Amino acid sequence: MHPIPTVNYLVLSAALLLIGTVGVLTRRNVVIILMSIELILNAVNINLIAFSRSLPLVEGHANVGGQVFAIFVITDAVAEAAVGLGILIALFRNKETVLADEIDLLKW
Amino acid sequence: MNFLDNIWLIPMFPLLGAALMLVFGRKLDPQPVSDVAIAPGVEPVFEHGHDHGHSHDHGHGPHTHDHSHDHSHDHGHDAHGHGHVHAPLKFLINLICPGMVLLSFIFSAGAVWQLAQQTQRVHEVIKFTWLAGLPFHMANGNNAIFQADWGFLLDPLSSVMILVVTGIGFLIHVYSTGYMAHDNGYYRFFGYLNLFVFFMLMLVLANNYALLFVGWEGVGLCSYLLIGFYFHKKSAGDAGKKAFIVNRVGDSGFILGMLLMLSVLGTIKFTDIGPALAAGRFTVESGLGVLSVMTLLLFIGATGKSAQFPLYVWLPDAMEGPTPVSALIHAATMVTAGVYMVARSSALFQLTPATSTVVASVGAFTAILAATIALVQNDIKRVLAYSTVSQLGYMFLALGVGAYWVAVFHLFTHAFFKALLFLGSGSVIHAMSGEQDMRRMGALKDKIPITHWTMFVGSVAIAGIPGLAGFFSKDEILWQTFSSKQGSQFLYVVGLVTAGMTAFYMWRLMNLTFYGKSRVSPEVESHIHESGPAMTVPLMVLAVGSVVAGWLGVPKLWTAFGENFRLFEAWLAPVFALTAEEGEHSPSLEWMLMGTSVAIAIIGITIARYFYHHKPQIPDSMEKSPLLKPLHGLLYNKWYVDEIYDFLFVDGLCKGGGTLLGSFDRNVVDGGVNGAGWLTRFVSKLSMWWDTWIVDGAVRFGSFFVKMLSYPVCMLQTGRVQRYAFFVVVGALAFLGYFVIR
Amino acid sequence: MLIDNVLFYVFAALVLGGGILTITRRNAVHSAVSLIVSLLGVAGLYLLQQAEFLFAVQIVLYVGGIMVLFLFVIMLVNLDQAAKERQFNRQWLVALAAVAAVALEVGFFLYRGRDAFHIAEAVPALLPPGLGNTEVVADSLFSEYLLPFEVASLLLLVAVVGSVIMAKKRI
Repeated sequence: MHPIPTVNYLVLSAALLLIGTVGVLTRRNVVIILMSIELILNAVNINLIAFSRSLPLVEGHANVGGQVFAIFVITDAVAEAAVGLGILIALFRNKETVLADEIDLLKW
Repeated sequence: MNFLDNIWLIPMFPLLGAALMLVFGRKLDPQPVSDVAIAPGVEPVFEHGHDHGHSHDHGHGPHTHDHSHDHSHDHGHDAHGHGHVHAPLKFLINLICPGMVLLSFIFSAGAVWQLAQQTQRVHEVIKFTWLAGLPFHMANGNNAIFQADWGFLLDPLSSVMILVVTGIGFLIHVYSTGYMAHDNGYYRFFGYLNLFVFFMLMLVLANNYALLFVGWEGVGLCSYLLIGFYFHKKSAGDAGKKAFIVNRVGDSGFILGMLLMLSVLGTIKFTDIGPALAAGRFTVESGLGVLSVMTLLLFIGATGKSAQFPLYVWLPDAMEGPTPVSALIHAATMVTAGVYMVARSSALFQLTPATSTVVASVGAFTAILAATIALVQNDIKRVLAYSTVSQLGYMFLALGVGAYWVAVFHLFTHAFFKALLFLGSGSVIHAMSGEQDMRRMGALKDKIPITHWTMFVGSVAIAGIPGLAGFFSKDEILWQTFSSKQGSQFLYVVGLVTAGMTAFYMWRLMNLTFYGKSRVSPEVESHIHESGPAMTVPLMVLAVGSVVAGWLGVPKLWTAFGENFRLFEAWLAPVFALTAEEGEHSPSLEWMLMGTSVAIAIIGITIARYFYHHKPQIPDSMEKSPLLKPLHGLLYNKWYVDEIYDFLFVDGLCKGGGTLLGSFDRNVVDGGVNGAGWLTRFVSKLSMWWDTWIVDGAVRFGSFFVKMLSYPVCMLQTGRVQRYAFFVVVGALAFLGYFVIR
Repeated sequence: MLIDNVLFYVFAALVLGGGILTITRRNAVHSAVSLIVSLLGVAGLYLLQQAEFLFAVQIVLYVGGIMVLFLFVIMLVNLDQAAKERQFNRQWLVALAAVAAVALEVGFFLYRGRDAFHIAEAVPALLPPGLGNTEVVADSLFSEYLLPFEVASLLLLVAVVGSVIMAKKRI
């Protein structure tokens, strides 16, 4: 059997990315938007891991640069989710709404 | 002393007198200026109004009220009951003013004597350059420099004039000390008189036309001041104004003539005109050339000053002034200024026969016109005024026919007997307590004998009886008119008729005043008295002069008399270099004409005596007869000339000018002001429009533009984050699309 | 091996299905649970790529941490009212179109480059004897990528402080 070609992972990653993008652009609920952003980040992670295998070897063992990058992405996702949810709480406290459409105070 | 070099002093003496009067006069004679004599209660005696041309000497108003006062006057004669202010220094005025004129006379006599010693009888003294101008272009293209000096020229002509002016002026000053003794403004009168003498002397001594014009204007001014001396009377003021304005009309001609002279000849100096004419190669003009126009303009000036037609109308009205004024200014001196000026310009007039004809015609016409009016006047001074106009006409007639020395000779003799007649009439009026109407006089012969006899001499002289002054000069004029190349027989006839009329109206005057039955009103009759010596002595001197003066110009025909009796012509010969040919020289013709003129005079005297002495009812019935009444009315009303002038000029100018000026003021001036206001409002509206639409518009457009630009951009900022995210995706789409296409 | 291929497709289906469900559910909790499923699928994919450490980290951190956080927040903000509202905003169609276009482009690129990824064929991971993936990752993290590590820690510090501040009622 052929192993899964890398391109499959790329296609998967792209699809997840696009699904996440649709979620960000389309849903009104801010929580769902944040969750969609998580999807996007995960798509990125999949991509990184898929390419990690093809990195050149380092000192005789596999290069895990892609995985390290993925760790950092996860770290970033964590931070961003925390802060984002904090903002959501603050917003909800002031505006009583979690719908992105209704938050247009910076309208011209 | 060298009088010749000091001829400039001659005018300065009377000027000094006038200045002294100006500064100190009030102190010397503090009599109040308001005329005490014109009290309303006095007026009824003068019931005739002024439209019939009576002029009153108010200083000698009738004193019907108290004559119980008998002030002891050092003025001599009157017992008039005037309230006098004590004026101990008044005699100083009598010393200063006549004294100055006497000084001038002495200097004049000295200068003339010294001039006579010279062979070249011309002496010029230039004190300083008065007007100096830049070079200018003459009409013929040459360059000339306008210069007028304060220069004095003494030659035979001006020497005659200064002797006349100062001599007769002095006598009149002396007379005035008596005549004006009771009048207010005594010092003012003498100041003006001296000023007048100054200006007159400037006029005759000037060496150029500009300085002559100074004197010309000055005598006009003094004439105005003196005619209007009794300034409280409206008629006097009006007469003064009339004189000045009519004079002015003539002066405009004089100025134009002077300017034309500058343009054509390049000089206005008397001694330079001859050379200028020669240099310009001017010859006798036929028809109307540039010289003719020049001389015509100068003659217009003379017309105004010397009261010729049509500018004579001021002279009769000038009788409003005191009688000495009439004597000096309007008989002897000022009115002769025109004659002097034309005589001075003889070089020019000789080259222009056309103008000379005009001069002669105007002179003759004026002579006969004035004589006709004098025939029927009732005011003694009016008769003499018109007589003056008539005699002046004779002088211009002489000038016009080329007999220049004869005109000056007549001027000379006329000065004597006309001054005499005026002063005499003043004496009569004085005796009559101010009455001037001859119809209320009569049989004064024995009451005022000196006055009577001197006036008798004067009347004989003016009538042209042989032996007295008037005969010689007038006869010579008539002969020259007949015989000279430029003369005309028609004008001779006119002159002859006028001579007859002259004799007639003078003897009418004499008869009405001195002879016949007394028509004097009783109140006046009791006051009749002979005047004091201040007045009678000048009369006598002038009477002698009226006899003697003529003997300087005995006709050549009277060969019995030697050349000494023809001094006048010889004296003036160098001044008038006659280029015209002599006229006919037929002795028998001349005797005949001489006889004719004498005969006419005698006829005139006889008729007058018949009418007014023997049968006074004849002129009365003539006056009233329906046939002659209109003619009488015409003559009495001075041919209605004044009324015509009033209608044409005064009404026309005043009313027409008034409407014109009024409409000008309303439409043009106010229109201009309103227009300026309208313009201001209009401009401000424009400015407002500009500001609102253009300036503000630019500003608003700026903001509008930015707003319009920014509007689409603003639309992008919805405030919704998902919209922004969408744009990010679209951007990524485009970015990837670029690589797809590549 | 065959089981690897099958597992791949299973995990892929989990991921994609979970993802689609996440973005389409009305109920936020359903959405969160779908996300958890998706994340678990991702974790499985990590395992297939022999990234064991990351598999663990994914489960622990992502699912155990972040998703729990999400659920807490969902409970905190009352989403019952939101559930009654319209779920999709007005730009859903155009957004979908744009994303579809992007998908086409990405697909185009992937199709064009499908043969270029042969280099990344599954090479058996060469591990040093006695060391597992975790050690290798740690080794790499603390030597080669030390600076990013420290920066990441700083980032987390900031995130902590920030979220605390954000969520306080009165700062």
